[in-house]
Amino acid sequence: MSWVAVAIAAWLGGWAVNVWLVRRPVRLTRALVPAIFGAALLAMWEGLVRGFDVPAVILPAPSTISVAFSAGLPVLWADFVQTVIRSVLPGYAMGCGASFLTAVAIDRSPFLQRGLLPLGNLAAALPIVGIAPIMVMWFGFDWQSKAAVVVVMCFFPMLVNTIEGLRMAEPMQRDLMRTYAAGYWQTLWKLRLPAAGPFIFNGLKICTTLALIGAIVAEFFGTPTVGMGFRISTEIGRMALDMVWAEIAVAAFAGSAFYGCVTLVERTVTHWHPSIRG
Amino acid sequence: MRTVLSIGTIGIAFVAVWYVGAVFLNAKWERDQAARAGVEIGWAEIVPATMSQERPVLPAPHQVAIEIWKTTAEKRITSKRSLVYHGWITLSATLLGFAMGVGLGILLAVGIVHNRAMDLSAMPWVISSQTIPILAIAPMIIVVLYNIGISGLIAKASISAYLSFFPVAVGMVKGLRAPDDMQLDLMRTYNASVWQVFWKLRWPSSLPYLFASLKVAIAIALVGAIIGELPTGSQGGFGARMLNGSYYGQVLIIWSALFGAAICAALMVGAIGLAQRAVLGRTGQMR
Repeated sequence: MSWVAVAIAAWLGGWAVNVWLVRRPVRLTRALVPAIFGAALLAMWEGLVRGFDVPAVILPAPSTISVAFSAGLPVLWADFVQTVIRSVLPGYAMGCGASFLTAVAIDRSPFLQRGLLPLGNLAAALPIVGIAPIMVMWFGFDWQSKAAVVVVMCFFPMLVNTIEGLRMAEPMQRDLMRTYAAGYWQTLWKLRLPAAGPFIFNGLKICTTLALIGAIVAEFFGTPTVGMGFRISTEIGRMALDMVWAEIAVAAFAGSAFYGCVTLVERTVTHWHPSIRG
Repeated sequence: MRTVLSIGTIGIAFVAVWYVGAVFLNAKWERDQAARAGVEIGWAEIVPATMSQERPVLPAPHQVAIEIWKTTAEKRITSKRSLVYHGWITLSATLLGFAMGVGLGILLAVGIVHNRAMDLSAMPWVISSQTIPILAIAPMIIVVLYNIGISGLIAKASISAYLSFFPVAVGMVKGLRAPDDMQLDLMRTYNASVWQVFWKLRWPSSLPYLFASLKVAIAIALVGAIIGELPTGSQGGFGARMLNGSYYGQVLIIWSALFGAAICAALMVGAIGLAQRAVLGRTGQMR
């Protein structure tokens, strides 16, 4: 029972430190408070698993997971390369790129816009992961089918956001560009694309998570014997949950890093937007 | 009216492209068959044949429509072959998870708005909780929950709940903070308590944000329930149907389940849209 007490103490201690920190105008608070919260969460997890003797097939403790993580590093790296580098990144680039170009093309025709925006919104809400088995049938077991799923999943959220963003330039600003005798492409490049920036990056950020999910789920329907989705499903079959959790940790790191990279690019590109300056 | 016209045009164009795609993708199989039989066939024979293959690469739209009609209207809804039966299994998990997720999301948002320690510590984790591809590990969560005695409905609903709490929490934090300083100061001059400020100012002004989040949440909850049905051994639902279709190469079953799910998603989003109109219309926040 002493481990349960440790868990509760860790939680309460972390919370108390946070409450104390929040009252203090320290610049570090913003980074420190979430870090303490996360550490307290991990400590509580560890304590509760040990205190209640939770079997490892249900929920392994963080220490067990980290052992499995360091032991399985080569395997995890191979899975990471197969899933993220070979499936997610090409699919993400193709899907978002194609969607962006489509949006710019559609933007010239109000007729297409009126029709495609509601349909795109609808399609963005559809359970598109469901096409995974179909794509595996069409493109085979290797990374091509996963990239195809990622392309389709990224397409509609990106399309809706880009179209929405291209409307953001105000009539007054467009009129100004016209008084400068700017052509369509100049207006697009110097005014409308920068104005659409926040929306485009919103779409890009939504797509990072979708892309990772799409690739991993597609791997459940058939893969070469490597890849994060493949590893998760086979290790569950062997009840080796510590390895599964190590793979989840890799997925979480990859997902957060991907999201973080896009956010960094966003900060440099749309540095003028109030949400970033503020 | 013009909107309806352009949506209609694009819809028809989409179906036309689909037919052309079906002809081209399925033509190879017909040619192979003909070559094996030693006959020469031209497009006149290929085109109608590609429309009615039993295991097409891409089924023609009417084949999918007929399959959906056969499995909904022509089967008893208690039959295991009925799409309505499978749809209800998925929908019940979706709605339960949606309710749990929305409740959790609203509670979390209320806590975050009213407590600064919670705001600083929980908010970054709420956001990073969604960079974990939870959908990808959903099957594992189902298996683990099954081992500790929680099975079926609740397990699938908890996946849906995990996914749908996020848009609600983020939207509601924004919405509950939407009242500006002027309005909050006015409430203070009225000597309003925290409780009164919440019910009379914060809650009403968060409603537009709530409905926008609910639409995202219900769609994502459906996806969660479908993925939750993927582990083998689940009794039914759209996800189990897709997996079966994928194992036995029954392309039409996959497509009909996919469209069944799409129709459900569209209906649920539409229902929330109607509720949004009714509520926001009465509170005068309809734009």
